[in-house]
Amino acid sequence: MATSIELTHPTSATELAPRLTRLKAVGAFIRKKPLGAAGAVIILAMLGAAILARPLAPYDPYQADYSAQFARPSADHWFGTDEFGRDVLTRILYGAQIALFVGFTASLAGCTIGGLLGAVSAFLGGKVDLLLERLMDVLLAFPQLILALAVASILGPAVQNVVIAVAIPIIPRAARVVRATALSVKENVYVEAVSALGATRRRVVLQHILPNVVAPYIIMVTAQLAGAILAEAALSYLGLGAAEPTPSWGLMLSGSASAYAEKAPWIGLFPGMAISLAVFGFNLFGDSLRDALDPKLRGR
Amino acid sequence: MRTYVAKRVLLIVPTLLGVAALVFFIMRVIPGDVTLLILGGDQAGRIDPSQIAAMKRQLGLDQPLLVQFGTWLWGVLRFDFGTSLWTGQPVIQELLIRLPLSLELALLASMVSVLIAIPLGMLAAVRQDSWVDYVVRVVSIGGLAIPSFWIGILCILLLVIYFGWGPPLEFTPPWVDPWANFQQMVWPVLTVGYRYAAVTTRMTRSTVLEVLREDYIRTAWAKGLRERAVVIRHALKNAMLPVITLVGTEFAFLIGGLVVTETVFTLNGVGRFVVDAVAHRDYPVVQALVFLIAFSFVIVNLLVDLTYAWFDPRIRYR
Repeated sequence: MATSIELTHPTSATELAPRLTRLKAVGAFIRKKPLGAAGAVIILAMLGAAILARPLAPYDPYQADYSAQFARPSADHWFGTDEFGRDVLTRILYGAQIALFVGFTASLAGCTIGGLLGAVSAFLGGKVDLLLERLMDVLLAFPQLILALAVASILGPAVQNVVIAVAIPIIPRAARVVRATALSVKENVYVEAVSALGATRRRVVLQHILPNVVAPYIIMVTAQLAGAILAEAALSYLGLGAAEPTPSWGLMLSGSASAYAEKAPWIGLFPGMAISLAVFGFNLFGDSLRDALDPKLRGR
Repeated sequence: MRTYVAKRVLLIVPTLLGVAALVFFIMRVIPGDVTLLILGGDQAGRIDPSQIAAMKRQLGLDQPLLVQFGTWLWGVLRFDFGTSLWTGQPVIQELLIRLPLSLELALLASMVSVLIAIPLGMLAAVRQDSWVDYVVRVVSIGGLAIPSFWIGILCILLLVIYFGWGPPLEFTPPWVDPWANFQQMVWPVLTVGYRYAAVTTRMTRSTVLEVLREDYIRTAWAKGLRERAVVIRHALKNAMLPVITLVGTEFAFLIGGLVVTETVFTLNGVGRFVVDAVAHRDYPVVQALVFLIAFSFVIVNLLVDLTYAWFDPRIRYR
C-alpha cells in the first residue's frame, strides 16, 4: 500500500503548487483582472452607501418638504428633489440597502435551495431525479411575471415578498447547473481512482466532489445577484415590489419619474444610473471571478 | 435518434400539465372574486347574493374546482381556450389582435441582437485581453446592467423633447403602413435588442474562447491555415451551438417577457394583455396565455435539444 501513503503525503501537494498568501492572491487578482477589481470597488462603495446611509445622507428619505419640490440639482440637493421635495441622493443611498438586501437574500436562497435539489437529483438518480427534473422544467417554463403578480396579490406588495418572487425563478437554473456539475464530477477518473484506493464514500464526496462543485456555486450566486437586483427594480417599477414610500430604485423610476420627465428629468435619471452602476459592478466582478475560478477559461 | 426524439417529446407532456395545473390553482388562490368585479366593484354589501350565484353559474364557476380544471384541460386538447369572462369573446380571437405586435417586436429585437452580438463577441474572443476585448466586455456588461425600462424612459424623454414624438396610441401592422410601423417599432426594438445583444455577445465570446483552446484548433494552426480560416471555418461552427440555444430560449422568453417594454412605450401587446387579465381575474385568458407562453418555451427548448442531438451523437446515447 505504498502508493496510498505517497498520495496522501502532505508535502506532495504543497510542492506542486506553492500556496499564495491571501494578500498576494488579492494582489494577483487585481493585476490580472483589472475589470474585476473595478467591479469589487463598485460593490464595496455600494456596501458602504448601504451601511452608512444614515450618517452619509443629508436628509430624511421619507420626510416630504413641500417648500423644495422639484429642486434642481444644486449644492443643497446634489441630485435634486422629487415631487414631494424629498432629496433624491438620500433616497438613492437608502435604496442601496433594499437593492443589496433583495439581491443577496434572493440569490442566496434561490441558489441554495436549487443547488440542494440539484445535488439530490444527481446523487439519488432514478425516479427522484426524474420527478425533480420535471418539477424544475415546470418552474422554468412558467412566466416569472405571473409568479410575481401572484406573490404580490397574495402576500401584498412589500420588500420581503419581492425576495420570494425573485428567488423562485433562480431555483430551477441553480438546480440544473449543480446537477450537471455533480454528475460530470462524479464520472471523473480521479473519483474512480480514489474510490479504488479505498477511500470511504464520505471522503469521496466531501474531499473530492464538493470542492469541485463549490466553484460553480459561488460563480452562480454572484451571477444571479446582479440579475436579482435588476429583477427587483423591474418588479418595483411595475408596482409589484416595494410600495411607496420605500426608497426602492425601481419604484423611484415608476410613475412620477416619467410623469415629470420633462420638468424634472433628474428624478428618473439618477436612480436609473444607480441601478445600472450596481448591476455593472456585480457583473464585472462575477465575470472575472468566473474567469479566475473556471479552469476551462483560465489563461494558457 | 428515434428513441431519443420519442423520449424528449414525451417529456413535454408532464411539464405542460404541471404548468397548466400551477397557473389554474394560482389563479384561484389569488384573493379577489371575478363575479364581484364584474358586478361592480368591491361594495359586496349592495349586490344581491342570488345575483352573484346566477353570475357564477353562468360563467361555470359554481362547479367543483377539479371539474373546472378537467373541462378546461379537455378544451385545451381540442385547441379551445374558452372565452374571456369579461368580453365574452373567444380568448384566441383576443390574443390574435395583440400577437402581431409582440411577435414583431421579439423577432426584430432578436435579429438586431444577433447582428450586433456575433461579430463583436468573436472579435473579443480572438483578441482576448487586448483593448478590443476590454471595450467589448465593458460595453456588453454595461448593456446588461442598464434596465430596459430606464433606457425606454430616457429614449421617450429625448424623443419628446427634441423631436416632439409621442408614443403611438394604436398599433399599425407592417402590412398596412410599413413606414408608420417602422416609426413605431424602431425605438422599442432597439431598447429590447441592445440588451439581448449584450447577453449574446458575452455568450459568443466565452464559447469562442473555449473552442479556441481545443486540440483541433491547434492542429488547424499547425497546418498553417490563415487566422480567418481557423476562426470562421473551424472555431465559429462549433461555438455557434450554445449561442443558438441562447438566442432560441431568449426568444421564447421574450414573447412573455415584453411587459416592461410594452408598459414604457404604451404598446398594447401580449405582455400587457396578461397583466390586465390578472388584474381583472379573467381566469381563462390568464390560463390560456400562460399555457401558450410555456408551450412556446418548451417547443423552442425541444427544437434546440434536437438540433444538439443531431450535431452531437454523444447526447443521443445518454
